[in-house]
Amino acid sequence: MKPPPFRYVRPDSLEEALATLAEHGDGAKVLAGGCSLVPMLNMRLARPEVLVDVNRLGGLGEVRAGNGTVTTGAMLRQSALERSTPLRRALPLAAACAPYIGHFVTRNRGTVGGSLAHADARGELPLALLTLGGSVLVESQRGRRGIGAEELFVYHFTSALAPDELLTEVRWPAAAPSWGFGFAEMAQRHGDYALAMAACALRRCDGAVAEVRLGLGAVADRPLLATEAASVLVGQDLDGAAGDEAVREAASLAAAAAQPFEDLHASVAYRRQLVSLLSEQVIRQGWLDADDRAGEGGP
Amino acid sequence: MSGAGAPGGWIGATPHRVEDETLLRGRGRFIDDLSPVPGAMHLALVRSPFAHARIRGIDTSAAAASPGTLAVLTGADLAAAGRPLGAVIRGATEHHAVAVDVARYAGEPVAVVVARDRYLAEDAAELVDVDYEPLEAVVDPLLAAEAGHVVSDRSFRYGDPEAALAAAHASVRGRFPFGRWTAAPVECFGVIADWDHAVDSLTVWANFQGPFTLHTVAAGALGLPAARLRLVTPPDSGGSFGVKAGVFGYIVLAGLTSKICGVPVRWIEDRVEHLAASGSATHRVTDVEAAFAADGELLALRYDVVEDVGAYLRAPEPATLYRMHGSLTGAYTVRNVAVRNRVVHTNRCPTGLNRGFGGPQLYLALERIMERGAARLGLDPVEVARRNLVPPEAFPYRTPTGGLYDSGDYAACLDDAIGAVDYEGLRRRQAERRAGGDDRRRLGIGLACVVEPSISNMGYISLAETSEERARGRPKSGNAEGATLAMNPLGGVTVRLSTVPQGQGHRTVAAQVAADVLGLSPADVEVQSEMDTHVNAWTVSSGNYSSRFAGIGAAAVAEAAAQLAGKLRRIAGDVLECAPADVELVDGQARVVGQPDRGVSLRRLAGAAHWNPESLPAGLEPGLAVTAFVSAPNLDPPNDADEVASSAAHGFVVDVAVVEVNIATGEVGILDYVTVHDAGTLLHPRLVDGQILGSFAHGLGPALLEQTVHDDEGNLLTGSFMDYLCATSTEVADLRILHRCTPSPFTPLGAKGLGEGNTMSAPAALANAVCDALGIDDLELPLTAPRIWESLSVKARTTEA
Repeated sequence: MKPPPFRYVRPDSLEEALATLAEHGDGAKVLAGGCSLVPMLNMRLARPEVLVDVNRLGGLGEVRAGNGTVTTGAMLRQSALERSTPLRRALPLAAACAPYIGHFVTRNRGTVGGSLAHADARGELPLALLTLGGSVLVESQRGRRGIGAEELFVYHFTSALAPDELLTEVRWPAAAPSWGFGFAEMAQRHGDYALAMAACALRRCDGAVAEVRLGLGAVADRPLLATEAASVLVGQDLDGAAGDEAVREAASLAAAAAQPFEDLHASVAYRRQLVSLLSEQVIRQGWLDADDRAGEGGP
Repeated sequence: MSGAGAPGGWIGATPHRVEDETLLRGRGRFIDDLSPVPGAMHLALVRSPFAHARIRGIDTSAAAASPGTLAVLTGADLAAAGRPLGAVIRGATEHHAVAVDVARYAGEPVAVVVARDRYLAEDAAELVDVDYEPLEAVVDPLLAAEAGHVVSDRSFRYGDPEAALAAAHASVRGRFPFGRWTAAPVECFGVIADWDHAVDSLTVWANFQGPFTLHTVAAGALGLPAARLRLVTPPDSGGSFGVKAGVFGYIVLAGLTSKICGVPVRWIEDRVEHLAASGSATHRVTDVEAAFAADGELLALRYDVVEDVGAYLRAPEPATLYRMHGSLTGAYTVRNVAVRNRVVHTNRCPTGLNRGFGGPQLYLALERIMERGAARLGLDPVEVARRNLVPPEAFPYRTPTGGLYDSGDYAACLDDAIGAVDYEGLRRRQAERRAGGDDRRRLGIGLACVVEPSISNMGYISLAETSEERARGRPKSGNAEGATLAMNPLGGVTVRLSTVPQGQGHRTVAAQVAADVLGLSPADVEVQSEMDTHVNAWTVSSGNYSSRFAGIGAAAVAEAAAQLAGKLRRIAGDVLECAPADVELVDGQARVVGQPDRGVSLRRLAGAAHWNPESLPAGLEPGLAVTAFVSAPNLDPPNDADEVASSAAHGFVVDVAVVEVNIATGEVGILDYVTVHDAGTLLHPRLVDGQILGSFAHGLGPALLEQTVHDDEGNLLTGSFMDYLCATSTEVADLRILHRCTPSPFTPLGAKGLGEGNTMSAPAALANAVCDALGIDDLELPLTAPRIWESLSVKARTTEA
């Protein structure tokens, strides 16, 4: 478990980092927290010619808020989502999923941008960003562009970033009043890759669901939005009998929308069962949370 | 044994572990911290990706030309320099440290790269071009038995099992597979080897744990007389739980590599190698039939066991199968037993020691069948257990298979456990829930009563051969251990152990024992636990296994200390002008009994013995160093009737597990778990509870999460900790531990081993509890949430149909 030979570059500026990426293209790999990349190197599953360590770049850990958006620098450590009170308040869904990302100590090192660029279909943060409808900013010598979460996650471990592009910022829709959020996952042990996960963002208006997004993770080759499932909830009062029926129907549609795979740990049928249970759970969480947050008057 | 346990009262106290400060400060010296010889080259191993393949050729040229590479050796190179690894049974597949011609499991070493560092060694290892011809693999133990890959097939009969089965009121049967699982210590294997061509001898530093029977096996494979294999263990261990007995094959590999290359070499195993190729518990399939009288009396047991030991019969296998032979009847008085034991080869990694060693597999079958028997008879499982427990007045109790249980009050332990969980109340709650129709979370209660053997009889392994075959060899028996104790000129004491601790705290306890015997404080006693086969007092049975420290390892310290105390009393008697028998050693003084002011300090006596031997009483040998050996009693070789006292001491454990199963997800929650132990005299109660908790975690793992899984082609599916799910602190339930104490009459300090009992009991107790909750009889371990949910779905479909 020693990595194959590679060159190590630690640029001090974004320009230098982008120049290195432009020069090496596919042969370069960006090192952020290293929680996923370093094990892959040690197992010799990843064989980059050049490692571009972006830990010295200034400004990539900053957080800005405004115009309904919270922008976090790509190098923001995952633990900040858990521990920073303002961040928890502004990004309740990301905060809710943070304790499930790896382990306590890995979150001190792991970065938000790294997790998104890694595009692990079982990742919590990709699911959170997709569920909220956020986006990322990527930069290269060719310029900068935004990529919406729905385009960002292409396939397991494959993002829409070109080889010369660096993910520099993450743009999260800030939690607005009357929105509520829910997150749940099932893993065999806390900290393991989830067998299934679900996330929900829900706006409540006049005692009914006004808008809702339901995301599913670890049950396809990328995080999914269960749009059909979400649509049956709109206009429903989830506290009533009809609401119960709608939640059940949504859960069942979510289970059908999932495209899980079978492995050593669990079957397709079990994972669909989990999708159904977790969907119901996060919809309920979102519904109640929206009510609570309406009382607080928003962020 | 004179004096042990009396003066300072250190035995039974809970002083801080002397080991902890070093470890907590990060100053531990583990195998990879040692650099005993300068310039050691690093090894990387090329391992077979196939479970079974002919090696048509190995092209090492590209690897040999890789930067920093000194040599690339194949199995043929090593075989020419050494010999095969000896096996316990004649006719087992020939086993070399590196495969020759055929690889028989995925992960088997096929070539060795020697390079300047591990990075370069791994770079070169990738360039070794092996031409494999894949062959058909056998993975399942029952298919292996069917295909005739049987190394040993023995049948045993005690009492009259056929008659008892025929006459029984009811008999129940079951098949209980117990898959492989592994110890997964924090520290993997490591070996540093330095062949000295000047005198043709080998010095090896390795984190080997014993038994030192394997030193003999390693010396044989190295082609060395045992006296020219010097084996040294590091001061600290990152845990073993049995698995590091398997290091001996790599001692041979590294030793022969050093011999061939003429340089010292070091090999530190990584986790991928460890999970693939270090070893695991056996995969055992047990068919069991139990015959009962109407009142619940167990009348007969019939076992048919198939034991997968992997591709090679690595010593000491098939010990896993025979370790429990004297305890096949568990805690029960049944006298009629029939057993068929088949040991089979599969294309999987060779098996070996793993905490519990044969106990978990036996007790899963025995305790599950007791539960089924109770269900069949319409009786409560607690009542059926109580009806059959060996009664207190029966000790020492000879089991039908030859075991000799030393002491205990089994029924009292059962009562304690039942009382602690409020068994009646739980059964009421369970009935109420079932009647109330709340079906989402089902309550289950599981019992396990297990006899925990400790201090293994080295002779039991020979049961794998018939008495005629045994007669052709030399008989094996017993379990001896040695310790050396010396007093320096200032009255301080050093102890040298051969018990090779792997984290248990032997140094702490040895100091307590010596302190009590010599009237000192543990702080006066410095304990060294490194094994050096050129220095230590050891026997083939030395080492860290079969929970033998408290019963026999500590006893060797007590015996050596008693002999030293005897000598100090003679010197003191001379100084104090009294009989040696009237001298007591208290608080660092030798005093006349009953006259506390007539005394002399041990420091003065020691000074005199060292500086002025002419002053010693006439006829007294100078020097204050003692080496003593003790051997546990009653451990004869197996007799012609295949009866064997397979262990010297027998503790008793009763577990009651209370679980709740979430029907929607299959998740098992442990609501309560009580364990009652009787391990005789407790030398250090806090270490005892630590051992019990660790042992429980080691049993909870294979019960709920852990399994080493290969697919039908023999590919390992659990090759990293992503897929091999060790129970961690978040999965291990709170354990309530209760004690009873009936000292062993067979061990000098009255202590019994206790580090494996819950590994034996937890899988059975948890399986009983989950089966009780769900009303499903044939759940296989591990009881993962997905597996339970699938079983419930199958059941639901069957019911609908």
